[in-house]
Amino acid sequence: MAEGFALTEATYYILLSLIKPLHGYGIMQKTEELSGGRVRLAAGTLYGALSALCEKGWILLLPTDSDSRRKEYRLTEKGLAVLRTEVARLRELADNGERVLQEV
Amino acid sequence: MENRKTIRKWYWVWDFEKEENWLNEMALNGWVLESVEYVTYHFVRCEPGEYSVRLEMHPYDEEYRHFMEETGAEYVGRMMMWVYFRKKTDRGPFDLFSDIDSRIRHLDKIGKMLTGIGGANLVIGIVNSFSTSRLGFVNLLCATLLMYALGRIHGKKEALEKERLLHE
Repeated sequence: MAEGFALTEATYYILLSLIKPLHGYGIMQKTEELSGGRVRLAAGTLYGALSALCEKGWILLLPTDSDSRRKEYRLTEKGLAVLRTEVARLRELADNGERVLQEV
Repeated sequence: MENRKTIRKWYWVWDFEKEENWLNEMALNGWVLESVEYVTYHFVRCEPGEYSVRLEMHPYDEEYRHFMEETGAEYVGRMMMWVYFRKKTDRGPFDLFSDIDSRIRHLDKIGKMLTGIGGANLVIGIVNSFSTSRLGFVNLLCATLLMYALGRIHGKKEALEKERLLHE
């Protein structure tokens, strides 16, 4: 994905949740917590997004003990940079929106 | 009172959402899906509305099953390429897809499967039509049906893509 593209809400919250290592269900809970209960990631959506984000190198799968089925993921440096760019883009969107709406 | 019942039923691939709705209506009426076999559903008594049921086209994937179970869903079974899950409603809402993109990807998956099987039937049908076999028309009939199904799935996908232009 080129820089300047908008992330989906799901991608955004997955990246945000993975500042600290989490497993799949942990990401769903963290997303709900961060969004004050507004954003709920469905399991199928999250599962597909996780493999796509690993392929992009924005997150990585952490090595786990062989007896644990739970897979943990963490944000990479690349993912962090994407997140920072996105936050700046969202701020610009919100600022522009507020400025225009103030004139109404 | 009987505690179990078996219903033989099948559905056209483009009606998979209707099928899911029907399974949820059964659960609302106190019958939850317990296992699936080829065109056969087995239900067991439950409290009305105790469960939600979801189905999805997904190739066999142990990892996905564990992933779902971790979120509180139960694996019910699979029939051909379809996998069935259920979740107790008191453990929170149960959806497999929470945005348009993943719904589109799911339809893509169904479309690829139909294209694969449809294409194979088309080739076999053509080859058989030129050979001594008289069964070529069966494959061509299957291919036609599969192409029709592909069209229906594609229609659903287009509707979602149109929506996706405006929002997620």
